[in-house]
Amino acid sequence: MSSFILKAPLSPPTAGTGKTRRQRHPAALAVTALVAAAVLLPILAVIVMAFSGTGADWPHLARYVLPQSVTTTFVLLALVAVGSSVVGVGCAWLVVAYEFPLRRTFAWALVLPLAVPPYLAAYAFGEFFHYVGPVQTAIRTLFGFTRPGDYWFPDIRTTTGAAIVMTCVTFPYVYLTARVVFVMQGRNIADVARTLGAAPARVFWRVLLPVARPAIVAGVALVLMETVNDFGAVQYLGVRTLTLAIYSTWLNRGSLEGAAQIAVVMLFLVFMLLTAEQMARRKQRFHSARGTQMKARPPRIALSGWRAGGAFAVALVPILAGFGIPLAVFGRYALNRLHQFTEPALAEALVTSIGTALATAVLAIAVALLLLYAARLVRTRRMMLLVRFATIGYAMPGTILALGLLISLARFDNFIDGLAREYLGLSTGLLLTGSAAAVVLACAIRFLALAEGAVQAGLEKLPPNLDEAARSLGRSAPASAATILLPLLKPAIFTAGILVFVDTVKELSATILLRPFGFNTLATYVYENASRGAVEEGAMAALFIIATAIVPVILLSGPLMRDRDA
Amino acid sequence: MFDSAFRMRAGLAVFAVTAGAALLPVSAQADGVVNVYSQRQPFLIQPLLDAFTEETGIQTEVLHLDEGLPERIAAEGENSPADVILTVDIGRLVAVVDAGVTQPVENDVIYEAIPSQYRDPEGHWFGVTTRGRVIYASKERVEQDTITYEELADPKWKGKVCMRSGQHQYNIALFASMIAHHGEEQAEEWMKGLKENLARKPGGNDRGQAQAIYAGECDLGLGNTYYVGLMMNNNEEPEQQEWADAIKVLFPNSEDRGTHVNISGMALAKNAPNKENALKLMEFLTSAEAQAIYAEENYEYPVLPGAAVSETVQSFGEIKPDTLPLADVAKYRKAASEMVDRVGLDDGPAS
Repeated sequence: MSSFILKAPLSPPTAGTGKTRRQRHPAALAVTALVAAAVLLPILAVIVMAFSGTGADWPHLARYVLPQSVTTTFVLLALVAVGSSVVGVGCAWLVVAYEFPLRRTFAWALVLPLAVPPYLAAYAFGEFFHYVGPVQTAIRTLFGFTRPGDYWFPDIRTTTGAAIVMTCVTFPYVYLTARVVFVMQGRNIADVARTLGAAPARVFWRVLLPVARPAIVAGVALVLMETVNDFGAVQYLGVRTLTLAIYSTWLNRGSLEGAAQIAVVMLFLVFMLLTAEQMARRKQRFHSARGTQMKARPPRIALSGWRAGGAFAVALVPILAGFGIPLAVFGRYALNRLHQFTEPALAEALVTSIGTALATAVLAIAVALLLLYAARLVRTRRMMLLVRFATIGYAMPGTILALGLLISLARFDNFIDGLAREYLGLSTGLLLTGSAAAVVLACAIRFLALAEGAVQAGLEKLPPNLDEAARSLGRSAPASAATILLPLLKPAIFTAGILVFVDTVKELSATILLRPFGFNTLATYVYENASRGAVEEGAMAALFIIATAIVPVILLSGPLMRDRDA
Repeated sequence: MFDSAFRMRAGLAVFAVTAGAALLPVSAQADGVVNVYSQRQPFLIQPLLDAFTEETGIQTEVLHLDEGLPERIAAEGENSPADVILTVDIGRLVAVVDAGVTQPVENDVIYEAIPSQYRDPEGHWFGVTTRGRVIYASKERVEQDTITYEELADPKWKGKVCMRSGQHQYNIALFASMIAHHGEEQAEEWMKGLKENLARKPGGNDRGQAQAIYAGECDLGLGNTYYVGLMMNNNEEPEQQEWADAIKVLFPNSEDRGTHVNISGMALAKNAPNKENALKLMEFLTSAEAQAIYAEENYEYPVLPGAAVSETVQSFGEIKPDTLPLADVAKYRKAASEMVDRVGLDDGPAS
């Protein structure tokens, strides 16, 4: 690694270099364009859907729905953005920079809340903090209150309540991406600052935080997209976001076009938000110019006494909130239904979930690597925009994105079937629609943003001259990417893998719309048992989801931590 | 895992093979099969389908879908394997018909079993069970034993009423029936009164309203009949029996037009590959045997006149269903949904 002491050619990319590079990789670029097109297909289908409508819903929406729901959505997003970055960055810094009791356990346990689907978390919070729930019951017993009017208790069914719930289950996105940077970045720039006399707090705020900013933003972007696309939690908590307006326009007023129009507006807003952020940090580049700092770091600062206790508490609270409360609520229900544990249907759902999630993770990471590497080679603004746009599907409610894919795939299927009937005299039926492939495809497209975000965060830490050096020494572009970039990106790829796997295990709306006969995942199992208002019946499967998501978190945290400790 | 391009390619190849295997279309179009696309949960309809298979020898394949069921069948087009569509709520039934994915059924057995207000005059959709949208009232704090929907807007209930989101399909259908009976203007005044009477912002599910009454947060709640049956018989969570015990079921408007009911229903898919079997299943679902299963297991009301309701449901008292045809309710759903936005019902009470 230490041989790469080349001067980084950090001159801004010009159109000229872009062109010559493009000419050098026509095949690679063609493949990239094809993949990008496939990924964009459902989004484009939704846009087409939106423009095929009349706009008849807008007077009503503009007057009675949008002013309120846009405000609510932005307030929710702002609260969740602040909450998740404070919790995510704080915890990441804590476990990377300090030594305190159970730190290694916390390092992976902080990812656990990701395993909890937001709609289940909302339900669990609702029950936990309800008047008849354990918290308020304890308060009443403790202080001798007897009626609801006797004391004040915050209402979870508010925008702030929803923000707390969403923060508790999504902050790990920020935690993971920030941790990757803190781990990969090394401490030597911090050490430089310190040797120059900066106090630790100043080092964090003035050096490390700016360096980690792209990663933090990538994590927050994921959090915000998940918040925007959420339907179940906000519906349960009665918080009227734009996504709720999409559903009521579609389902209650029979206007899918109108729903698609709101979805497109929502996408546009998210896209502008992300682009604005990217523009704001265009001038800032924080590559590490040397590979040495991937290794050998100074030891963590050991905390003791009340400081250690404080660090312990700070790391514990988000885990208890985002993971402990749902586990307690659903664990109790599950204990009442232990017989479900041995149901063959549950085991089948488990296997299907794992298979789907693995396939999705592999596909999403492959696509993300391909797109990002192409962007790295070409390095034009248009290419970066394309990659960004390709991942924006995550901000769309899952059902709407899945509808876009469904319509595109069914067209394709029926087209092939038509050809086969005409020329071969046989019917191919529906090849893709309603096969497991459609589910994997949908999940990979939906969660591409997760893979892209995590890999990109890692990639931004690598100096651009790394693989260029290899190529100048005669390696081909793919070979240098494989031998130089991929190994260095391992932590980022692991992170991407965890994120996509876990989210696919939780995924419900696209799976339920696109699945074939007899295809049951844990999430659909929970839903089928819970949707009649009897969430308890799905509790065992919900615990299975949580358990399934824990395994990769633990497995993959091992290598991640070892990288750091080496 | 990904330390070389080769391994990665190998990984992708494995994936391609896996995906390729999954690509094989599931053929459920063989003889002796009927394919059901259902928005009802499998565990609810499985006992019925098992009884059907036992009686006829026809196998059933179920695909449980939620939102987007009509869109999926429409996208599948002529190749759609769907035979019978099962769903809940008049709005959803009509959405299926409006998507153009159903065909009319002319079948005497079915027509005779289902009273005319619970089926489409054109024969595109049929109700198989009904459920009342009733008022849960606190046994402790509400003395009266009769009530009307109109009364929910009476200022005497200020701060006493709980409900789930006004945009939920069950509430939309109720509001649509209010529009059908009173006209849009009067219904909107009523909704404004209802809003002012809310104890809190609408949210949660129907059971949550019973829970809220138990907790003393409100005195009245809107909910479906069968939830009460489910709570009363929930042995795993005995506290739910306490919630159910805290409320009494009031059938609104029993003394005039009757209580608003919604349906679960069925339709025949337009391109049903197994049409004969599909019709057999639809006939079966309206038979006395199937109607009894519905009543007993799901605490719903059978549509078949004379079919028994479960003991639990009987304990609520007699229901007198509103005779307004559900097709009329469906007509006003859009207006109802827009009214909820206009009034700001889901914002909760003003102060």
